[in-house]
This record gives sequence, structure tokens and C-alpha cells, in this order.
Amino acid sequence: MSEHKPVEGRILTLPFMFLGVLGVIGLYFLGVRFADGLGAVANINSGYPWGVWVVYDVVIGTALACGGYALAFVIYVFNKGQYHPLIRPAILASLFGYALGGFGAFFDMGRYWQFYNILMPSNWNFNSVMLEVGLCVMAYILVLVIEFAPALLERMGATGALRWLNKVLFLIIALGLLLPTMHQSSLGSLLIIMGAKVHPLWQSLQLQPLLALLTALTMGFSIVIFEASFSAIGFKRRSETPLLASLGKVIIGLLAVYLVVRLAELVLRGKLGLAFAGDLAGNMFLLEMALFIFPLWVLLSPARRNSGRLLLFAAVSLLFAGALYRFNAFLIGYNPGPGYSYFPSVPELMVTVGIVAIEIMAYLVFVKKLPVLHSAEHA
Amino acid sequence: MKRRDFLKATAGGATAALCGIGTAEARENKEPLENAIGILYDATLCVGCKACVRACKEINGLPPSIMGEDVQYDAARDVSGDTYNVIKVYKNGTSEQKDREVDGFSFAKKSCMHCVDPACVSACPVTALDKNPQTGIVQYNPDTCIGCRNCMVACPYNIPQYEYNDPRGQIQKCQFCNQAGVERISQGLLPGCAEVCPTGATLFGTRRELLEEAKRRLAAKPGEAYTYARGRASDGLHTHDKEAPEYRQHVYGERELGGTQVMHIAGVPLQKLGLPELPERSYASIAEGVQHTLYKGMIAPAIALAGLAFVVKRNTSKADQDDPQSKNSRRPEPNNDRGEP
Repeated sequence: MSEHKPVEGRILTLPFMFLGVLGVIGLYFLGVRFADGLGAVANINSGYPWGVWVVYDVVIGTALACGGYALAFVIYVFNKGQYHPLIRPAILASLFGYALGGFGAFFDMGRYWQFYNILMPSNWNFNSVMLEVGLCVMAYILVLVIEFAPALLERMGATGALRWLNKVLFLIIALGLLLPTMHQSSLGSLLIIMGAKVHPLWQSLQLQPLLALLTALTMGFSIVIFEASFSAIGFKRRSETPLLASLGKVIIGLLAVYLVVRLAELVLRGKLGLAFAGDLAGNMFLLEMALFIFPLWVLLSPARRNSGRLLLFAAVSLLFAGALYRFNAFLIGYNPGPGYSYFPSVPELMVTVGIVAIEIMAYLVFVKKLPVLHSAEHA
Repeated sequence: MKRRDFLKATAGGATAALCGIGTAEARENKEPLENAIGILYDATLCVGCKACVRACKEINGLPPSIMGEDVQYDAARDVSGDTYNVIKVYKNGTSEQKDREVDGFSFAKKSCMHCVDPACVSACPVTALDKNPQTGIVQYNPDTCIGCRNCMVACPYNIPQYEYNDPRGQIQKCQFCNQAGVERISQGLLPGCAEVCPTGATLFGTRRELLEEAKRRLAAKPGEAYTYARGRASDGLHTHDKEAPEYRQHVYGERELGGTQVMHIAGVPLQKLGLPELPERSYASIAEGVQHTLYKGMIAPAIALAGLAFVVKRNTSKADQDDPQSKNSRRPEPNNDRGEP
């Protein structure tokens, strides 16, 4: 028998219907975008061609969806089977996060009806970081669908298909480890070519891919802790704190490497002084650093780490840290020169809010209808 | 993991990463093409008549930009989906004297610089932007463009413009009046802006001859008569003599990010004219160096995939053997005592 079971309960709860309203508003403005053009909804402009749709929906959204990736590393590469109860919900959340990222990239495309051009090898520009990101994200969404398929097949009772899938699953899992390593680092590499437009505090050139990858992993582990904690509260399930606390130990290592590399780059290239300039960029950098360092303080002590509440705070802080790092690099610290400014419009934000709402609704439906969450007692 | 092992791993990882700063396989900046064409914009000759803006719009079929009630002039303030080329003005203090930084003013031109090593071409995933192998013109193909606007964020001069208010919008930029249907360069004609410029402030030529001309002008003694060509740098017939102004000793576009084919000289610092201060090394060369180090021939990803597949197979196969009926054989530890029915 499977260890995963659907959660009991109605689908049409009050929060669910509230999310539905947000979803409808978002879809309305998305309709306006397709009817009248990007400019009718979004505030993106000549100087700021990428707004929240790219930076939140794609760059941050996919990093927040790294739970499945981060956890798969621990389980399948470092062979820590005890984390297995967490993998299925994490894969599901990753699938929705990446689907949002892919959909976000699609409706942000100025010539979306030609998006298939990126699949045609004759068009490929191998110098382009964007090509790697585009192809790799698309491939990974497929991999996530296959990785999640066992939940669907179990529900359908398709034992034959399940057995066949299990034979090749190791290859799919390996791809599920390789592809995010590639595109999450490349999402950082996108910043290199923006050169001097990116504030020196975030323009680490050759180190962009490494810093992006490390923070994507810390965000991946944090989202697993976050989701497991909230599933425990929301669905009145047994808390998984001890399991999550040991996950926190993995984060310590990643965070330590990240901070050493990040700060060393600033010191070696003589840019650290800019952090204390007292301007917006400097202050945002300090805030970002505080959000990275607070979780390290929590996680370093076993007592603090094993407190469910502090652990959750640490995870949330890390999610904000990774998100702010990306916002800072791509938007707040991005300066195309005098005469340009950008702040998202309300309709633009409502599209993002609506799409996230739909994503959460889909997640709720899935965990209530399919064997996703781990049902067994474990300690 | 033991604390000491952890510290070692941390230090090792960080050191390896930092060593990577300088050693990533990098390509050099691209070199200017043998017969690259170009424009030399001399701000000291520009009288701000905007004939170039109008000619550009007419030749390229772009509508005028109207601002407010005044419809007599094209009022474009900046490049946009409707404007490839614009003349701007720098003003300081009392704006008494032309081409002086303090209490003076100067005109400035903004249009595609046709970079020697263009970031937009490097960034475009679908090769919708490319550099003509003969002329070096940075050309655009709307039929392959997916509208990701990576070219826009990559361009150090904010030149490629997406038509935000058109549901079927595309990227618009100067293609040296040589795109399909216009093809003025191929026919031996001048680009619109250089043809109509009354003073030769916008001068057409090969990049090489324009660079020589620019350096000659910078070397001229202020106040002495200098013979300026109109239209084409090599045109010895259509010239006019004028006292050489006091030039800043900087040909903008000679070296910036590997150089540009549209170059600027002026009497005020070039940074005042909207041209950003940039290093010589192109960001395209750095980005491509990183990308090709990681993905050359897809060898590293292939090895990584093989290694991962091996490790995952080893860590999951034991479960298969122990419990062939299991629907959950992905669980790598078959003998854990949690939740086994």
C-alpha cells in the first residue's frame, strides 16, 4: 500500500473561494493584456523591459519551487531516506511553481504566438543564456509531471504503468537533479550581460551562476520547511519538526558557502563600501544580508533549530532573503540610466496575485483528491 | 556531517568558487569587421534641426510622435517603437555657449550604436538579432523573435524598443536603413540621417575611416580652420570650412565594450550626452565565457547526468529488490520502520 493518502475535507472552503476571486481578477487583467498589449496592463517600459512578471513569476517563482529539487538531492544523492515523506508534496509544489513560471514567461512574451521558435534548433543561439533557461525550464516541467505521475497512477490503480514507470524513474530523478542545477544557475547568469546596469553590489559577473544556485537551494529547503509546517497546522497533521530541523543543518552549509563567496567577492573587488553608502541600494543590501544571517543564527544552535516556531521563522527569513536578492539584482539595483523609472501597476500586480492564487487552489485540490501527503506515523 | 568536515567543505567550496573568478574560459572581445560601416556623430557640428529624425521616420515608415496640442513638429523625446533616432539637448546653467560643459549646451544623438560585440545579439535566444557579416549592421528578424526582451535589458544604451501598446508588437530599432524593403546601404545610398544632415554632424563612412577622421578632428587646434565633409566621410566635394572647436579627447565608441560602429565626439564630456561610462571588456564576452565553460559540447552536463543517474539508481534499486510489489520503490531505505503497513 502507498504511504501517501489524500487529505480529508471539503474543497470549497471560504479561503478557497477567496482565492478564486483573486484568480478571476488576475485572469481578467490577463485578458486585457492579450487584447490590448503588454502596455495596457503592465508598467514595464523602454528602460525597464522586465517587471514583476519576469522577476517574481519566473525568477523568484521558480526558485521558490525548488523544494522538490533540493529535497531530491538529500534523498537520492545523499541517500537520506527518512526525508521521503516530504518529497511528494514538495514535487507537487515544485510542479505548480514551475508551471506558474512557465506560464508567466509565456504571457510576458511580447510575441508569444511565436514562442515555438525557441524549440527550433535552426534558431538556437548557443551564446544566449536565455536559450538555456528557456529550454531547460520547459524540460524540467515535463520531468516534474513524470515525477508526480505515480500519485495520479496510484489513484487510478494503474499498477502496470506504475511498475513500468518505476523502472525508468531513476533516470527521470537524475534529470530532475541536473536540470534545475542548470537553469537555476543560468537565471543568475542572465545578469552578466546586463553589465553596468546592475548595481555593483549585485553584479558579481562570473559568480552569478553560483550565487543564484546556492540561494535557489536554500530557498528550496526553506519552502519544504514552510510547506510542511503549514500543512501540519492547516490540515491538523502531525508536526514534522525533528525531520525539518535536520534539514536545517543542510541549509547551514549552503548558507555559509554563499555568505563567504558573496562577501569575498565584494571585498576582493573593493565594492563592500557601497553597502554603507546609506542610499537605497546600500540599505537594501544590508536588509538582504540581515535576512540571510538571521536564519544562520537560528540554525547554528540545536536548541533554536529544534523549536518549530524559530525554525519556521528561519525558513521564512531565508525565503525573503532569496527573493530580495533577486528583486535587488533584477529590479531595485537595476539602473538603465537617467530618465527611466518603474513601479508595478495594480493590474500588473493583480495578474501575479491571481496566478499565485490559482496555483494554491490547484495545490489544495490535488492534496485533497490525490495521495500526496504522507499519512503514516513517523517520528 | 561533523563540524570539522563541514568547515573544511565550506572553506574548500568557497575557495574553489573564488578561484573561478578569473579562470573561467573566456573569449576575447570581438574585433571590428574588415568593412564595417558606421556613423560619426560630431555634436559640435549639430545645430539641432532634427532633419535626421524626420528623414528616419519617413524612410522607415514610422509615425510622428505628437505631444500635446502642438502638431507642427515631431516631438519624440527618446527612442521608442515609433522612433529609431532622436536628437537630445544637454543644458547647464545659463546655457550661454554651445559645446561648453558649464553654462553651456550641446546636442546629442541617440540611436543604435551597432556595437562591434553586441550584447543584444549575444542575449537573443532565437537569433532574431544578428550582426551582418559584411557591414556589421545589427539586424532584426521579427519572424523568429519571441518577444522576451532580453535584448532590451542587455543593451547598455537602451536601444531595442518593444511596441508595448500593440497586442502584436515587435522590437524596433535602427537597422542602418538597410532592412528588407529599405536596403539603402545595399543600393549604395546613404542612411537617411546622414543624407539629410546639413552640417555633416551625422557622417557616414566605414568605421575605419570615421575613426581616423574623428582622431584628426580631436587633434585639430581649436580656432583653426578645418574642412568638414557632408554626408560621406570620403566625399571631397560637399565640404564646408569651420573653426575647429575645443574637442574632448575621447572618441566614444572606439573602445567602449569592444567598440561601436556609431561613434560620438563632442565638446562636453560624453557622459553628459547620455552615453554611459563603460569598460573595454564586453559583457557579452564574459557571459559567453561562463556559458561555454559550463556547457561546451554539453560534456559537463552529460557527465553530471550519468553520475547522478548512477547514484540515484544505486540508492533506489535496493528498494525494488526487497519489495518488488511496492508501488513506492522510490523510497530508498527499504528497512525503515516508519509507516510500513
